[in-house]
Amino acid sequence: MKIKRVLMEMISSLRSNKLRTGLTMLGIVIGVAAVISMLSIGQGAQNSISASINSIGTNLLFLSEGSRTTFFGGGGFGGPRNLRSLTMADATALLDPYTAPDIAAVAPILQGNSTAAANGQTSSTTIYGVTTSYFTMRNETVSEGAAFNDQQVNTHARVAIVGIDVGTALWGQTTGLVGKTILINSQTFTIIGTLTSKGGTSFGSADNQIIIPITTARDRVLMRQGNNVDSIYVQATSASTTTEASTQISDIMRLRHHVAVGKEDFTVTNQADLLSTASSITGILSTFLGGIAAISLLVGGIGIMNIMLVSVAERTREIGLRKAVGARNRDILTQFLAESAFLSLLGGLLGIVLGWLISLIIGKVATALGTALSPAVSLNAVLLATLFSIAVGLFFGIYPARRAASLEPVEALRSE
Amino acid sequence: MEDTVIQADGLTKVYRMGEVEVQALCGVSLQVRRGDALAIMGPSGSGKSTLMSILGCLDRPSGGSYILDGEKVSGLTDDQLASIRNRKIGFIFQAFNLLQRTSALDNVELPVSYSNQPNDGRDRAAEALKAVGLENRMKHRPSELSGGEQQRVAIARALVNEPAILMADEPTGNLDSKAGQEIIDLLLSFNRKRNTTLLIITHDPRIAAQAQHIIRIRDGVIEEEAQ
Repeated sequence: MKIKRVLMEMISSLRSNKLRTGLTMLGIVIGVAAVISMLSIGQGAQNSISASINSIGTNLLFLSEGSRTTFFGGGGFGGPRNLRSLTMADATALLDPYTAPDIAAVAPILQGNSTAAANGQTSSTTIYGVTTSYFTMRNETVSEGAAFNDQQVNTHARVAIVGIDVGTALWGQTTGLVGKTILINSQTFTIIGTLTSKGGTSFGSADNQIIIPITTARDRVLMRQGNNVDSIYVQATSASTTTEASTQISDIMRLRHHVAVGKEDFTVTNQADLLSTASSITGILSTFLGGIAAISLLVGGIGIMNIMLVSVAERTREIGLRKAVGARNRDILTQFLAESAFLSLLGGLLGIVLGWLISLIIGKVATALGTALSPAVSLNAVLLATLFSIAVGLFFGIYPARRAASLEPVEALRSE
Repeated sequence: MEDTVIQADGLTKVYRMGEVEVQALCGVSLQVRRGDALAIMGPSGSGKSTLMSILGCLDRPSGGSYILDGEKVSGLTDDQLASIRNRKIGFIFQAFNLLQRTSALDNVELPVSYSNQPNDGRDRAAEALKAVGLENRMKHRPSELSGGEQQRVAIARALVNEPAILMADEPTGNLDSKAGQEIIDLLLSFNRKRNTTLLIITHDPRIAAQAQHIIRIRDGVIEEEAQ
């Protein structure tokens, strides 16, 4: 039997009961739309988390005090005692081109919370004491004014670069802050620059912070002893050398702190590890959401099976007649399978469009609410949904179609 | 043997209804020559419909042998039987059994679409409709046609593959006597003009009387054969 004939029969049969065809298809439309929109939301979440991790900087490693085991509370006993702090000298040692060829830059930082006051207002903010390399490594740019220079670091200058949230809290303005005086921990600072806004990220607002020279922070604001620093950002020469850079940091630090392998009093965190952890979490999330959505697709498939069984029962006499005039079992099978496959394919295509619209709307709503989530409909999700919906149509169509094909012609003709 | 279209020997058919076995045919032997017009009569439940189903390859006999137009039918697969029905047999039913969704032309084309040469179906369907006098009704749907016209469409559908045998099961049962007589005239004219063997199952003795032979069936056996 010609394909054209099969298609014509199919269309005339589906058109003969448009409401039923539409409702059956609706099940698949909703299922596919749910799968598409859930996967695209998962993809969007993954994109925005990756973007916010990448906004920290590129090819970064993070060196901090304490071992992972003590960090997670497992090393209370037997963990390293007499923790050595990280120092400025550690940071300098990591720049040694012979022992650490894959390290491009380091940025030691001091970090603490303090109160900023000006204009009769006070605001609690995070203070970062940094060196000049910090700005390029962390992708921090100054939208107004300028960052401080090495000389200002060396002379313990009382200059500050503020995030726009600080300006909003103290002056109610985000521009024109340069030149104003601000009290940080009762010390007078001059604002020389405003940080470019990064907006809210998954890790809290990056705009509520004040960056000052590390020397000034140590002596006047955070009051730290000696040359200790809280942590050190390390930038590898390229994305492919982050693993080597990580090994070099560990080797140098073990040597400097006189600790054996496994007894480290420091931790190196690789940005790439962070990314892969985050993406595996969002991956699980998307799979989970997609899986729940797939259940509704399954329900849609059962709807197809149900309607096809009704259709076979209603058309028993027609099937008998077709067999009487020479239709083979497989002709009948093809006819009914074509109907269910077409129902689910068309439903799937409409579902893709609907799912795409839904994710567009969710993206708009998220933007309006200030969340950086833009659902991304991926080609993979579209292909997956299309194939899955055809498979659903065939799978749930095969039983009714076989039932139709196996009818005995003489009994089918006798039915009424 | 050459001009024998139907050669049936000792056909039996047993239906199993739960625990009970019902013997619908108890050894029917029948020979029909090409071009014959045969009427099969009998009360309801006599087995005449069962006989027709078996002769029409819609059902398999429980026993006996059957040779149709030179082909041995016993032991064929479903697909082979479908092919025989398609090529050799044209059915006409009491209830017309037309597909309501499609036009007269589409209905007549249906057997061609299941055949080995599905491509010229349109032309052959139109020709067949012309032969039954419905050249002006080709695009009409069955619901737009009278009962007599619907049965003519069914006859065109039965003829479109140029079968060896036309099998009509109570073809006038749903028609008034005038339309019924026209249908019988049409069937008999094809029987004469094209030498197509004709089998008619009927209750009506006046219709049966127009056939060359009459077979009466009762309780699954042939009771009498008459010229």
